[in-house]
Amino acid sequence: MIEREEMPYDVVIVGGGPAGLATAIRLKQVDPALSVCVLEKGSEIGAHILSGATIDPKALDELLPTWREDGCPLAETPVTDNWHWHLTKKKKFGLPHLVMPPFMSNEGNYTGSLGNLCRWLAEQAEALEIEIFPGFPAAEILYDESGAVIGVQTGDMGVDREGNPKADFQPGMNLLGKYTVFCEGARGHLTKRLKARYDLEADCQPQIYGIGIKELWDIPADKHVPGRVIHTQGWPMSETDSWGGGFLYHQANNQVALGFVTALDYKNPYVYPFEEFQRWKQHPDIRAILEGGKRVAYGARAINEGGWQSVPMLVFPGGVLAGCSAGFVNVPRIKGTHTAMKSGMLAAEAMAAAINAGRAQDTLGEYDTAVRESWIAKELKLVQNAEPMVAKWGGEIGTVLAGADMWLRTLFGFGLAKPMKHHTDASTLQRADLYQPIAYPKPDGVISFDRLTSVSYSFTNHEEDQPVHLKLKDASVPTAINLPFYAGPEARYCPAGVYEFVDPDGAGAKLQINAQNCVHCKTCDIKDPTQNIEWVTPEGGGGPNYPNM
Amino acid sequence: MKILVPVKRVIDYNVKPRVKADGTGVDLANVKMSMNPFDEIAVEEAIRIKEAGKAEEIVAVSVGPAKAQDTLRTALAMGADRAILIETDTEVEPLAVAKILKAIVAEENPGLVILGKQAIDDDSNQTGQMLAALLGRPQGTFASKVEIDGDHVAVTREVDGGLETVKLALPAIVTTDLRLNEPRYASLPNIMKAKKKQLDVKTAADYGVDIAPRLKTLKVSEPPVRVAGVKVADVDALVTKLKELGVA
Ligand SMILES: Cc1cc2nc3c(=O)[nH]c(=O)nc-3n(C[C@H](O)[C@H](O)[C@H](O)COP(=O)(O)OP(=O)(O)OC[C@H]3O[C@@H](n4cnc5c(N)ncnc54)[C@H](O)[C@@H]3O)c2cc1C
Ligand code: SF4
Repeated sequence: MIEREEMPYDVVIVGGGPAGLATAIRLKQVDPALSVCVLEKGSEIGAHILSGATIDPKALDELLPTWREDGCPLAETPVTDNWHWHLTKKKKFGLPHLVMPPFMSNEGNYTGSLGNLCRWLAEQAEALEIEIFPGFPAAEILYDESGAVIGVQTGDMGVDREGNPKADFQPGMNLLGKYTVFCEGARGHLTKRLKARYDLEADCQPQIYGIGIKELWDIPADKHVPGRVIHTQGWPMSETDSWGGGFLYHQANNQVALGFVTALDYKNPYVYPFEEFQRWKQHPDIRAILEGGKRVAYGARAINEGGWQSVPMLVFPGGVLAGCSAGFVNVPRIKGTHTAMKSGMLAAEAMAAAINAGRAQDTLGEYDTAVRESWIAKELKLVQNAEPMVAKWGGEIGTVLAGADMWLRTLFGFGLAKPMKHHTDASTLQRADLYQPIAYPKPDGVISFDRLTSVSYSFTNHEEDQPVHLKLKDASVPTAINLPFYAGPEARYCPAGVYEFVDPDGAGAKLQINAQNCVHCKTCDIKDPTQNIEWVTPEGGGGPNYPNM
Repeated sequence: MKILVPVKRVIDYNVKPRVKADGTGVDLANVKMSMNPFDEIAVEEAIRIKEAGKAEEIVAVSVGPAKAQDTLRTALAMGADRAILIETDTEVEPLAVAKILKAIVAEENPGLVILGKQAIDDDSNQTGQMLAALLGRPQGTFASKVEIDGDHVAVTREVDGGLETVKLALPAIVTTDLRLNEPRYASLPNIMKAKKKQLDVKTAADYGVDIAPRLKTLKVSEPPVRVAGVKVADVDALVTKLKELGVA
């Protein structure tokens, strides 16, 4: 047995994103005497954060009301104009705002880097004496004999590829909390275990996801309109009968953040989210904005698309889920930051009260209730049928129906349909022989790029001599099932080119896993048709080093 | 013996530096910063010397912005005993750093100053040598092996075409090369303990050193992009092509 050091805290928070940092700050605001720590797997706060982002400041206003005056970088760029484009292959149609329900307006919102907002939140947190430990993933959940969560264990450092300790081996440490908060973001790997262990999804629909691929560009000053935000629907997803959309936000410093989200419930195994993004950039109206500019960063991250009906039970003995670990993204608005922060704040208030009442490691049912009575629930219930309507009726009709449904809910408090059902993204993939391979255009090296060059702009890195952090439950599945039946979809859906089918000696294809390229988006864990891939935390500090994403 | 280890906060080696649009420098806004890798090797070597019972105290020092405290905390978590930050928001040139270090050496009296051979941001490779000159002390640069032996230190140096071993009388200055050692991880328990170690913040003025820059940066630009090569069918085509290009 490895001997591990232990450290007790009042609250242990897993994940230093907006949810985790808001939880920590609120705890200290309510009771400065509480001891609070935040574990973050990225090499620094913000290193693994990838978002749009156009942010609704509602939660930030509640948490730190003077944020605009206190040097928060988000304050730099208020949204000034807001466009919805419906794209066809060559043209765009601006959708008038009149057909959009009022909450789709971005008035009063701000656009900027969520990573930088987190860096700023971390400074506020440290000023409140919250201990933040970047570079230390929570690798395991610790339970007591009664089955309650009592904390987490950080990952071991200095283990070789075969799992043996190296000369610089450092065992992980046990961090114990009266309560442990899981704020891992979309598809948290510990959250996944908790959902299974405590059957947290018993009364809700399964969570579903999209994969968002994003770049940051410097563009010529004469094309830059700070605060302009554009969303697109339609082409190119219309070509593959799948769902998705683009965003392009003019942020500070003559930069635009742009990205494309492909819903992971696609059926055609030849769909290639990276290439969808590349061809979307080549649309004449997008290309026009980028021409003469320069790409400075690239990355990808899964986003929750399940909406309100996929929100699981948020509490279990000893711990809670907050933010995208639970899944509070408002899908038609592509916004989850404000709800993530608000859920963390509600969790903090419940935990502080409980700890001060002498409680520990029990089930905080009052937090679950608080969320269901908060503006998070109200906001998400308005839009709960957007995604399933699109999934059911297809992109074009579904979008219109979803719009009508959202209008009815806004005006009259009822919609077209009862909350609709989801199927897991792993279950939607169909056999390759039902489809034709898709011929995507070649990159021009100016606006569109190849995948490996792109990955180098995520600045990802992993210590090479460590166990592969993408675990196959059964090593034969990729070549026995995925390749023959689904034409090896992992070679396409991974935005970092981690999965490669190779046949060096002509003896038959093998799956090669280039784990050091992984950008921690979690798509493989979500979309693998037989759920054979398990993403686990690599050695601390590994993964992307996103600047300003 | 006391060991002084100067460390610098630099752009992380995983990050591709990006030149600012106006060509005045590298854009460091929200870019990941870390301890200069050569300095990490210096900290590790100091710790190994201490662990071997040949030093009693390790003092880490950095000249840089307030955020360089993080870099010093890393040194403390690895095993340094205390730290000094000379806080400044201006870029400090090697000569100014060497002068500050000289003043700190006068105060602390270390038997050994061990520092990186260069910082990966400006690649100056000057501070160690300048410090040795200012102090009039022996220097062993580009060390791949350091052995303390009583009042001397033997330094194996990586020079063109091989290794050279020099023997220096202590007190001395040593600069580290890549192969000297593999730095350890700062473990979480040690990071927690490092938060409680002493870290003094001072200014260059406290040491009476003028750090005004003496060099002016005219322009910073990215290396030219390599133009893609062309394939030629055979030797004749190659010769024609070379003639076309005017190189043959
Ligand atoms: C492409 C894209 C565009 C988006 N656009 C917008 C937008 O415009 N506006 C908006 O409001 N929202 C947007 N969102 C959604 C928004 O980014 C999320 O809702 C939000 O980031 C959720 O915050 P979180 O703190 O729950 O999780 P995350 O932001 O995912 O943060 C989780 C953190 O926890 C860390 N972590 C995870 N597991 C562990 C572990 N086991 N140990 C230690 N650390 C761990 C991660 O490294 C990360 O830093 C977008 C998302 C995507 C993908
Ligand atoms: S290996 Fe999985 S988690 Fe990593 S980048 Fe690829 S799809 Fe994303």
